[in-house]
Amino acid sequence: MRVLFTRLSATVIVIFGVCTLVFLLLHVIPGDPIEALLGERAQAVDQAALRAQLGLDQPLTIQYVQYLTRLAQGDLGQSLQEQSSVTTLLAARLPATVLLAIAALTLAIGIALPLGVLAAQQHKRLLDMSAMTFSLIGLSMPNFWLGPMLILIFSLTLGWLPISGNDSPASLILPAMTLGTGLAALLARMVRASLLEVLNEDYVRTARAKGATEWQVLWHHALRNAWLPIITVLGLQLGGVLGGAVITETIFAWPGIGSLLVEAIKARDYPVVQGCVLLISLIYVSVNTLTDLAYLWLDPRVRFN
Amino acid sequence: MTTPLLAIENLFAVQNLSIHFERHAQPPIAVVSGVDLHLQRGETLALLGESGCGKSLTALALMRLLPPAARISGGRVQLEATNLLALPEAQMRQVRGGRLAMIFQEPQTSLNPVLTIGAQIAEAVRLHAKPADRQPARVTRRVLQLLDSVGISAPARRMRDYPHQLSGGMKQRVMIAMALAGDPQVLIADEPTTALDVTIQAQVLQLIKDLQRDTGLAVLLITHDLGVVAETADRLAVMYAGQLVEVADCAQFFAAPAHPYSRKLLASVPTAAQRHGKLAAIPGRVPPLDQVSGGCRFAERCFAVQPRCQSTVPNWQQVQNAQQVRCHLWQNGAVDWTRWDTAPPASVVTTPPVAEITPPAHLLEVIDLKVHFPIQRGLFKRTVGAVRAVDGVNLTLAAGETLALVGESGCGKTTVGKAILQLERPTGGQVRYAGVELTQLRGEALRQQRRALQIVFQDPFAAMNPRLLVEDIVGEGLQALGIEPQRARRRQRVTELLDLVGIDATALQRYPHEFSGGQRQRICIARALAVMPQVLICDEPTSALDVSVQAQILNLLKELQQQLGISYLFITHNLAVVSYLAQRVAVMYLGRIVELGMAAEVLTAPRHPYTQALLSAVPVIDPSARRQPVRLSGDLPSPITPPSGCHFHPRCPLARPQCAQMEPPVVAVSATQQVRCFAVQWSNHCVKPANDAK
Repeated sequence: MRVLFTRLSATVIVIFGVCTLVFLLLHVIPGDPIEALLGERAQAVDQAALRAQLGLDQPLTIQYVQYLTRLAQGDLGQSLQEQSSVTTLLAARLPATVLLAIAALTLAIGIALPLGVLAAQQHKRLLDMSAMTFSLIGLSMPNFWLGPMLILIFSLTLGWLPISGNDSPASLILPAMTLGTGLAALLARMVRASLLEVLNEDYVRTARAKGATEWQVLWHHALRNAWLPIITVLGLQLGGVLGGAVITETIFAWPGIGSLLVEAIKARDYPVVQGCVLLISLIYVSVNTLTDLAYLWLDPRVRFN
Repeated sequence: MTTPLLAIENLFAVQNLSIHFERHAQPPIAVVSGVDLHLQRGETLALLGESGCGKSLTALALMRLLPPAARISGGRVQLEATNLLALPEAQMRQVRGGRLAMIFQEPQTSLNPVLTIGAQIAEAVRLHAKPADRQPARVTRRVLQLLDSVGISAPARRMRDYPHQLSGGMKQRVMIAMALAGDPQVLIADEPTTALDVTIQAQVLQLIKDLQRDTGLAVLLITHDLGVVAETADRLAVMYAGQLVEVADCAQFFAAPAHPYSRKLLASVPTAAQRHGKLAAIPGRVPPLDQVSGGCRFAERCFAVQPRCQSTVPNWQQVQNAQQVRCHLWQNGAVDWTRWDTAPPASVVTTPPVAEITPPAHLLEVIDLKVHFPIQRGLFKRTVGAVRAVDGVNLTLAAGETLALVGESGCGKTTVGKAILQLERPTGGQVRYAGVELTQLRGEALRQQRRALQIVFQDPFAAMNPRLLVEDIVGEGLQALGIEPQRARRRQRVTELLDLVGIDATALQRYPHEFSGGQRQRICIARALAVMPQVLICDEPTSALDVSVQAQILNLLKELQQQLGISYLFITHNLAVVSYLAQRVAVMYLGRIVELGMAAEVLTAPRHPYTQALLSAVPVIDPSARRQPVRLSGDLPSPITPPSGCHFHPRCPLARPQCAQMEPPVVAVSATQQVRCFAVQWSNHCVKPANDAK
């Protein structure tokens, strides 16, 4: 419990830091948001009015306090382009991104786990070599290339899957493949390396000496220990998935947070940009906290400290 | 080749077992050649050998658990009527952990860290139980029974513990419980106590003996420790360079070892009786197994070598009824060893070192030394307690003297060494070298004092930077302290130093990995001596080495002391080394010194109950020298929450209520021997309290 409390309080501090950074971000980047919104030829009166409306005429400290107060109430401000609050926009787009991330992650784990385990078990044999070659290819294909290629093959040539949008469940397949392939490749390598290390441990020899089958040794003893480094990588990679989601969602016109962010940047809708960045950061921090908690759950040595 | 006795009634028999390593694009190396062993019910056979001789590979081969590159090239392994090498893998799994079980050297790493010990034992139970006995309730009952049978108290609570919550000794008990789960007929114990302290080793060996008595278990004990063999085995087989060289009953073997290698091995064990002479070191090293030619594999290092040894592989010769040896010397009947024993070693030390007669002025003085490591918790790293690693230690070291600091792992002896060198800053107390207070020194002033005090570490494999040449490793101190800034002069000096420790000058341009363990430790000693220190702190310098190599290093240390007059603080857990090397001994228990005195006094007439228990736990070869065992229960308590009063009282057979209330004063029982124990006063009314342990 005590360890849990320490971890969670650390997370709260990090979240506070993230909010502050996101706030400062808009004020340190060059360019005047008002000018950007109204155009260079706008009337000074209009500029001042908008400035006052957005509270940008106040001193930075006051703005910061106001920002935090509103944030505490779940208010991320109003979109400058659309007639709705940033929270509403984010809430409308979040499910699609979550769906895509889960699909990509499931795909990645579904490919990586069996591939990595097989490769480790068949270390230095043909299966291991081919699995690792496949993984190298997966790692070498960037999202912005793989996405269009998949569209070219499965949508344009074969006509099996929709090109873009989110109109049917089939629309999920190509974006999830695009996003999941790189992750699967990296994860498969991680599973293999981690398992190979664990399979050399003395306690694996003990398990064999007990008369356990290779499957029992692998599943019950080796994988239980191999999870720890795998989960660390998985947590860190989620940042990559979210970053990749921006590109992937744009390619497939997937109505998620990533495409919202790109649209908002194009339209210079600063409150929305701020909201998107904040949300992505929070997801990232939460995932890392969850990784830590998974450690607590998986490793008694950490749990008892 | 003739095969030693292979009776039909043997429970377990190994015949002509050979193992080789497959290599890429090279012919395979034979690592174990033609090993024959046999075991009967209730019997203990020791397989004795130094590191790399193939004894652990043999054990793994019997379980058919060899690493992928190793292959069994021939032979039979017979357990009752079953030839294990011919069994299909699925049936072999039934044997493994069932009729044939194994425990390993490192209990620390041999248990799965993420599973409770109950779950790990239960797995072994389920794997070998009849289907009806696999119900959870029955399995749990069996686990509790097993934990109880290996002497783990409160098994119902303990079975929910994870391995890291148990001490090393407890973990080895759990390993044994796991091995017993399948009701084995044969237990292979691969160095089962090597990683444990002597008092814990005594407990574990006793446990194995008791189990054998109760169940008729046959034990194949793989070890390098002659003392352990003498105390536990019925018969032994000596292995050298992948072959057995001698098989004998223990009594016969220790009375009259027949192979020259066995004789040298036995003579290289340090004892008090040898303290004024040199130990019998075996020159050279074990031949690389890919270079063995026809002939005896020991020929190059043998003191009794003859021309035919180089060319003809010796056959087994009968020495006595149960003693056989693979040596040409025995071809024509009994061997007269006096032919070789009469020649005295090159340099026999006849005069005892000065310090043994009169203790001169103190070169190094340690007063009330304390090292506490803070324990930090929580978000802001608050200090919530302290590990009292060293808690008030007083020591003195005279010029040219050897003081041994003895204790079990975790007692704080290594920390004392580091604190003296200021590598670990003391929390309290003083360290004076030649009148200079070291604890107050900083920066350059402290650096200058480093000339005087040097250290040799335990593990010569880890103590040297693998990317530096030997020349730079040894010469680094000379350069850093500005003693020999010129490169050519420095090389000259390094060459002299290497010569001093018996390393050839060709070593200069080589890297540490090219040397054996013994050679590396010599280089480490040369490195320490480079700046001409007055005090050398030797932190377990021989524990990572084989006994024949240990003898070389101990001889070297003794010679260097006579030549250079330096003082040693010899930190060790090995009491045999102490009796050979040290003039005075300090016994440490949980951060404090409990007994201090001349080696002869402390080792022959120990007064503290802990010292007595420690000494009685050391396995001794000579049966007449064995002590009445004082068995300690339990483990070393945690230095975070040490017991009140005398730290030893919870484990002490003599403890009275007084012992828990206050720390006993230092009592002088002779002019040179001091003890921190109330019991001394109960049994002897004439003793006077000493001022302090100075």
